[in-house]
Amino acid sequence: MVNFGYTIWILLLPFLMFLLLGLAGHKLKPKLSGLLGTTGLGIITFLSYLAAYQYFFTSEKVDGAFQKITAFNGVWLKLTENLHIDLGILLDPISVMMLIVVTTVSFMVHIYSLGYMKGEKGFERFFAFLSLFSFSMLGLVVATNIFQMYIFWELVGVSSYLLIGFYYTKPSAVRASKKAFIVTRFADMGFLIGILILSFNTKTFDFVTLTSLTGPAITYTGGVAFMGLSVMTWSMILVYMGGVGKSAMFPFHIWLPDAMEGPTPVSALIHAATMVVAGVYLVARMFPIYAFAAPEALEVVAYVGAFSSLLAAIIACTQTDIKRVLAYSTMSQIGYMMMALGVSGYGGHNGLGFMASMFHLFTHAMFKALLFLGAGAIIHAVHSNHMTEMGGLRKYLPITHITFLIACLTIAGIPPLSGFFSKDEILTAALHHNKLLFAVEYAVAGITAFYMFRLYFSVFWGSDRHYHHTPHEAPATMTVPLIILAIGSVFSGLIPFNELVTSDSMGFEAHLEMAVAIPSVLIGLLGIGLAFIMYKKETAIPDRLATTFKYSYRWAYNKFYVDEVYLFVTKNIIFRYISAPIAWFDRHIVDGTMNGIAFVTQLASFRIRRFQSGQLQKYGFVFITGAIMLAILFIYLWK
Amino acid sequence: MITGVPVQYFLILATLMFFAGIYGFLTRRNLITMLMAVELILNSVNINFMAFNRFLYPHKMEGMFFSLFVIAVAASEAAVAIAIIINIYRRFATINVENVNEMKF
Repeated sequence: MVNFGYTIWILLLPFLMFLLLGLAGHKLKPKLSGLLGTTGLGIITFLSYLAAYQYFFTSEKVDGAFQKITAFNGVWLKLTENLHIDLGILLDPISVMMLIVVTTVSFMVHIYSLGYMKGEKGFERFFAFLSLFSFSMLGLVVATNIFQMYIFWELVGVSSYLLIGFYYTKPSAVRASKKAFIVTRFADMGFLIGILILSFNTKTFDFVTLTSLTGPAITYTGGVAFMGLSVMTWSMILVYMGGVGKSAMFPFHIWLPDAMEGPTPVSALIHAATMVVAGVYLVARMFPIYAFAAPEALEVVAYVGAFSSLLAAIIACTQTDIKRVLAYSTMSQIGYMMMALGVSGYGGHNGLGFMASMFHLFTHAMFKALLFLGAGAIIHAVHSNHMTEMGGLRKYLPITHITFLIACLTIAGIPPLSGFFSKDEILTAALHHNKLLFAVEYAVAGITAFYMFRLYFSVFWGSDRHYHHTPHEAPATMTVPLIILAIGSVFSGLIPFNELVTSDSMGFEAHLEMAVAIPSVLIGLLGIGLAFIMYKKETAIPDRLATTFKYSYRWAYNKFYVDEVYLFVTKNIIFRYISAPIAWFDRHIVDGTMNGIAFVTQLASFRIRRFQSGQLQKYGFVFITGAIMLAILFIYLWK
Repeated sequence: MITGVPVQYFLILATLMFFAGIYGFLTRRNLITMLMAVELILNSVNINFMAFNRFLYPHKMEGMFFSLFVIAVAASEAAVAIAIIINIYRRFATINVENVNEMKF
């Protein structure tokens, strides 16, 4: 038996680093605090890889299945004998895989930030927040019980809020950070209610108990059905609502594009590779319950995921802000993962969707972080986010160009890059389950290739723009992470996920299904080809298309007016008819009562304060008179 | 102890002293005089202690100890009070209690 006790340091180290940089950061030299943060993360990256190696290759398997190992557990709040909130570390295939994803991307982003954020005001604050985020995300990943997950879930929300609002002097950044926090917080309300219903009925928070096939959640049959769905289904749908918020699925996706106001490394870390996949991770973590006790909730997962991926892909085709295109692309890819989970069954080959989803999560983290960091290098070079102000950059940024191209090819699903394998598994899983979902995702694969190469061609090809100064390649601290992530994007497709990360922790046979692989590559190539024709050189085709399909273009360009709907509902309905009366009540009734009490007190004290005249002998007289009165009272009148 | 003097005499003396002290405390405007009045009050109490001790419990000494304590406390109190009066004099250039009335509403 391998001792995993050291994994506690994976959590403690970033937290200590956050305290150090947060409390003493302003006393250190910025460069030193950056190096400290990066070194700390390097150490936990190493520890995570060690843990992953030991877990997958040296720990004992029982009946060919990886065991869930609780490496550390401390009881924190004991509510009843069974119902207690713990803080601990749970190692199982998905959490170990997530450790790798989070630490790798976080480490790369740390190194990258040393170059990207150089000279920024609040450099050490940035690294402190990054450490806080790493701590929260790792805590979320290794949570032993759903309540610990919820705590860290909120913590990543906070660190995301802090990092989006990093440039807090910019009003748009402040607005975006508030929006992200409020929207996800609103979704988390559903998550909390879901947790409460779930734990009320199963009397436990513990993941191992909850997801065990003979556990209280799966065998639960009590409770009253509401609107035709069982209690368990409702609780799982509510839990999923939290995932929808955090993973920016429709209808809570509105915060993600705005979150791009944050510094680009943050977008790469939080809003592309790690935090936004927390929703996927949540569903994967609770997967046995979804599969056995709440199949209807799983359907919801699948359809929400598929719809979001289609919606986001269409919007991405019309956006001109490079980071927003990537944000919608992230949303679309997460929709893929959700859909794959939704169509998955449990155990063996039935669990193909689960495996595919985790696989895609892994590869997506690599190539999407790469895309964002590449975008950061581009922004660094031209000082603009807008694609219209970029062009012909391949001459100036050779390394960025090559790595960005690799990432684009990966996301388009071109073999033998990693995206091809994971996307192929997802499409195969969808095909076996539901033809409609397959058709949607198939179309999205083509659209994805199109908009990514639209981005690629218009940034790196075409004619030069008027740059303020000649764009130059980023420093080594920025290009090295790009290269490492590019290597990861190319080769991570070769990791045998079907042996390592599966729904029942047992390996199964998976192979490329040519009937899916060939058409998906073809549609990817078609998308690339279209983008090549339209955007390789500036042509009139895009504008002509935009005028031909004026209305649909305008709808997509304005993100289908979802933001406006939210604004209308909140401003014109909720604020006017609910918030305003409540505010009136608060201001006039509640405050009025309090002010009235204060007014009466003031009036009374104004009257009696004259007694305190400062004349010592007056006091003495009153005191002695009182004493004599009391004496008379007690001696003669008190019988 | 003087023999043959009944206890009432002592009590009448103490009462006279006590009310003389009260009167002085309430009517005199000079802080030093007020302090002296307070001493009168304390000493009237001492007389009471001694008289009751002598007449009620002739073989015990609690009353005497108590009056010793009162004398000690009165001495230290006088020291503190005079120090305060000196400071008041420095601050206000007077020890008339009616002019020392800053601590009010």
